[in-house]
Amino acid sequence: MFLIPCPYCGERDESEFSCAGEAHIDRPLDPDALTDEQWGDYLFHRKNPKGWHQEQWHHTAGCRRYFNMLRHTVSYEIKAVYKIGEPAPEIEQ
Amino acid sequence: MRRLADGGLIDRNQPVEFTFDGKTVTGYKGDTIASALLANDIKLIGRSWKYHRPRGIIGDGAEEPNALFQVEEGAYTTPNVRGTQAEIYPGMVVNSTNAWPSVKFDLLSVFGLFARFLPAGFYYKTFMWPQKFWMFYEHMIRKASGLGESPRENDPEHYEKTNAHCDVLVVGAGATGLMAALAAGRAGARVILADEQGAFGGRLLSEAGIVDGQPAASWVEQMVSELQNMPEVRLLKRSTVFGYHDQNYLTIAERINDHQSIAERQGPREKVWRVRAKQVVLATGAHERPILFGHNDRPGVMLASAVSTYINRYGIKPANRAVLYTNNNAAYQAALDLDAAGVAVTIVDCRSDADSALVNSVKQRKIQILFNHVVAEAKGAPVSAAVVKQLVKPGVLAAGEKIINCDLIASSGGWNPAIHLLAQSGGKVRWDDAQHCFVPDLIVQQQRSAGAANGSFTLAACLADGLQAGAAAATAAGHTAVDLTVPATDQTESFVISELWRSPNGPKPWRGAKQFIDPQNDVSVADIFLAAREGFHSVEHVKRYTAMGFGTDQGKVGNIAGMAVLAEALGQPIASVGTTTFRPNYTPVTFGAIAGPEIGGTLFDPVRKTAMHGWHEEHGALFENVGQWHRPWYYPQGDESMDEAVNRECLATRNSVGMMDASTLGKIEIVGPDAAEFLNRIYTNAWTKLGIDCARYGFMLGEDGMVMDDGVTIRLDENRFFMHTTTGGAAPVLNWMERWLQTEWPELEVYMTSVTDHWATTAVVGPNSRKVVSAVVEGIDFDKDAFPFMTSRKGTIEGVPVRVNRISFSGELAYEVNVSAHSGRMVWERLYAAGEPYNITPYGTESMHVLRAEKGFVIVGQDTDGSVTPVDLGMNWIMSKTKDYLGRRSLERVDCTREGRKQLVGLLSSDPQVVLPEGGQIVNQASDQIPLPMHGHVTSSYYSACVGRSIAMALVKDGFQRQGETIYVATADGAMLPAEITKPVFYDPEGERQHG
Ligand SMILES: [Zn+2]
Repeated sequence: MFLIPCPYCGERDESEFSCAGEAHIDRPLDPDALTDEQWGDYLFHRKNPKGWHQEQWHHTAGCRRYFNMLRHTVSYEIKAVYKIGEPAPEIEQ
Repeated sequence: MRRLADGGLIDRNQPVEFTFDGKTVTGYKGDTIASALLANDIKLIGRSWKYHRPRGIIGDGAEEPNALFQVEEGAYTTPNVRGTQAEIYPGMVVNSTNAWPSVKFDLLSVFGLFARFLPAGFYYKTFMWPQKFWMFYEHMIRKASGLGESPRENDPEHYEKTNAHCDVLVVGAGATGLMAALAAGRAGARVILADEQGAFGGRLLSEAGIVDGQPAASWVEQMVSELQNMPEVRLLKRSTVFGYHDQNYLTIAERINDHQSIAERQGPREKVWRVRAKQVVLATGAHERPILFGHNDRPGVMLASAVSTYINRYGIKPANRAVLYTNNNAAYQAALDLDAAGVAVTIVDCRSDADSALVNSVKQRKIQILFNHVVAEAKGAPVSAAVVKQLVKPGVLAAGEKIINCDLIASSGGWNPAIHLLAQSGGKVRWDDAQHCFVPDLIVQQQRSAGAANGSFTLAACLADGLQAGAAAATAAGHTAVDLTVPATDQTESFVISELWRSPNGPKPWRGAKQFIDPQNDVSVADIFLAAREGFHSVEHVKRYTAMGFGTDQGKVGNIAGMAVLAEALGQPIASVGTTTFRPNYTPVTFGAIAGPEIGGTLFDPVRKTAMHGWHEEHGALFENVGQWHRPWYYPQGDESMDEAVNRECLATRNSVGMMDASTLGKIEIVGPDAAEFLNRIYTNAWTKLGIDCARYGFMLGEDGMVMDDGVTIRLDENRFFMHTTTGGAAPVLNWMERWLQTEWPELEVYMTSVTDHWATTAVVGPNSRKVVSAVVEGIDFDKDAFPFMTSRKGTIEGVPVRVNRISFSGELAYEVNVSAHSGRMVWERLYAAGEPYNITPYGTESMHVLRAEKGFVIVGQDTDGSVTPVDLGMNWIMSKTKDYLGRRSLERVDCTREGRKQLVGLLSSDPQVVLPEGGQIVNQASDQIPLPMHGHVTSSYYSACVGRSIAMALVKDGFQRQGETIYVATADGAMLPAEITKPVFYDPEGERQHG
């Protein structure tokens, strides 16, 4: 059970949140310009790193804001949380 | 009576009487069930579950596999209580567990014959047989064994949960844990020290050594009182840290009352602590492991360290004549303890010689030591002799044997650090070749292991290790450690061991007297060899095949030895065999403790009821659960069956008027200058030009193009929309829309509010609905042209504002009357009263499903399954060609445009009375050929009283082109039901009625 520092509310229990998967997947501005393969990559292909992972989270049962998190998939350490639109912190894998 | 004249940490001034299998037994305060039974010379305490062999007490703590008891009776009964840890209290009722019909009467020695049908993999092999054989075995097995009985009455006790934060959580209050807590506490850290036992001290309570110039037990007392005086240190005894989760989140079960008689209990029985610790010190100690030999499961075979515990802590003389079997010098302490208790002892040591201060003091006591010997077999049950053989070289026995008469065989095969919590936390272990055990290696959380848990097996090392770990943890948590000195001790013997897991027994180890690895599950060396011969090489597979370590003790005594035997069978080193996975809970936790204060009559999951719920109950509705909602299902009258009620409800609605509680549909208000543009992107169709007070049906797709949700959205104002979602979709759809708004389209000024619970909705449906609604609602012109289909109007009922939407999920003329939930029942009742001249008929979800299926209206999630596009549903008209929307690009992917996709069709079974089974697979021929290609499945199927026959909807490959063809629906009993593919509209195909 994580203790998650929501950038809007501070530290709250994981049970208030839901994970929305990998962060920084931008919707293509012109979908028609993409081949099926490129579009499929946007839709389905996700990183599965053993190490630091940029994730999108939702404070579903709290402030209801989406935000990004830098979390380690082995130690589960949360190195940083940052608001949507803010740059991702540097990662040393 | 085997109690020594003095000594031990029991209170001899407080005798405690309890019953064991109906007989009164007397112990002292401070005794466990196990020590009290041993003090009364009760050795046979149960029978094993598979072979029904007699079993005795082996250990002295959490590792105990045999001494499991049913404690108390009726509502208070608890199964599988470990007698080595449970403290006795006056009036305690203790019963043996595996003892039908009794521990003494060995009726089931017949199981010796039966046992050959129960080899390793028994369950797997048996499940492959015809079921009737299994039922026979199951009957026998359940009768004969069963690991304890669950209570059949509600639990009268209550339970609590609490949350805590600390700088340093120290797990285990032995020498290491006490020193760690002291060091962290002196540094000013907030400390929690938790120990599973009723008294702090760990193995110090079992040892006769000196610490800091005083007996170990008094040093413990001094330490505890010092810790108690530190305001930031919390001491939790009888508290098992049973789970180590992510981010240093640990769970502790504190047993507040189990050590007291039921009459004396106050407050909760147990409390679960949910602790978030900045730093954790694992001072969990180690478990001694036995050396395996023939018939090593007999009562009278114990662990050497447990023998010391029963002598030193409980003041018991455990035997008259003992054999101590060892591969290490630490076990020699048990020989000194036995000697001091007046027990004659012979040491059987597999090593060629040993030389240390401890060994020399044993030699000085003239205790017989047989080096180069092994215990081959135990004789008698309880044990009456040990068969001892000489080793010529490792693994090879000399001819001949010695019989040593004895009533105790204590063995020590070394120590296994208690790495369970470390492993749960994600840490990894490595094999220590010198000490022959797994020790902590990689750690991934803010944690350190110390003392025996870290492979430091001498008291001197534990004291130093604990101090260092506590200081380091406090420092890491932001405090400054103070200088402390490690207390001196006379227990400085270093740990020296030779590898020996089991006594050699010839070239075919599966022959001869069974060498037991897991006495709780009756897993022997022969079973591991059998599993290896049958091709199971992974330790995880062998565990599941043999059930090794599957018991309530989770193999704390035997698992490592089992891995060593597997390594032997496979000819591999132990390090490459590895361990099985350690999972929570460390020891069993009661369901009450996990449920906490929520235990009781109702479920924790909330129940959602509409404003009209009471009316539905009063009018005999039966309810079905839709998510958390309780929705009226149908309203039977008299002794109507469900089919009869649904037929009546549907006919009344189509012929006159019906009414339905539609309050549970999700409702979201979408407001802002960019609201219409936002809907354009979310929905497949266009919203910009929708007029005020007009409604439109919309489809929402996932970005993969698959149908996700549907519903009618109404434009209340230029910048205000009122969206309906499906009942189950309300929360996910709001999250979905917020995600796009917040993460991709922050430039849109849109605000969304869930208003599902704010509005109560009554749907009035049928040709007479206009007469009913217009009789009640004021301020609206209900003329069919003034208030056309798919529009919305504001009015009042008895002065209360209502919003009436002329929308329809049945194909009938219909109005949905929305009102503030406070007035929901009032509005429902007014409409019902106004409808009485027309025999207005309330209907539930079942009739709603039939009415919409008659019209071919899909239910998302029933007629779609996450692989269905709007094109597959034949609803191309709902997809805009002039704008982008979520999922649009995906519909052009090759897979979405290929031939052979499943498409929505109607089905009419050849026999109009036959209702096709929902979920039934569709095939092209009525053949029993295997395999028979499957071409689709039935999604919705009902008897329609209005159409006068059964109707169904289905997804069929290329179904649009197959109109008029006959297909077959395969049923579970092998029948093939013929049906014709049709359009999925069975009633009013021109759709005129809703415009009436
Ligand atoms: Zn928040």
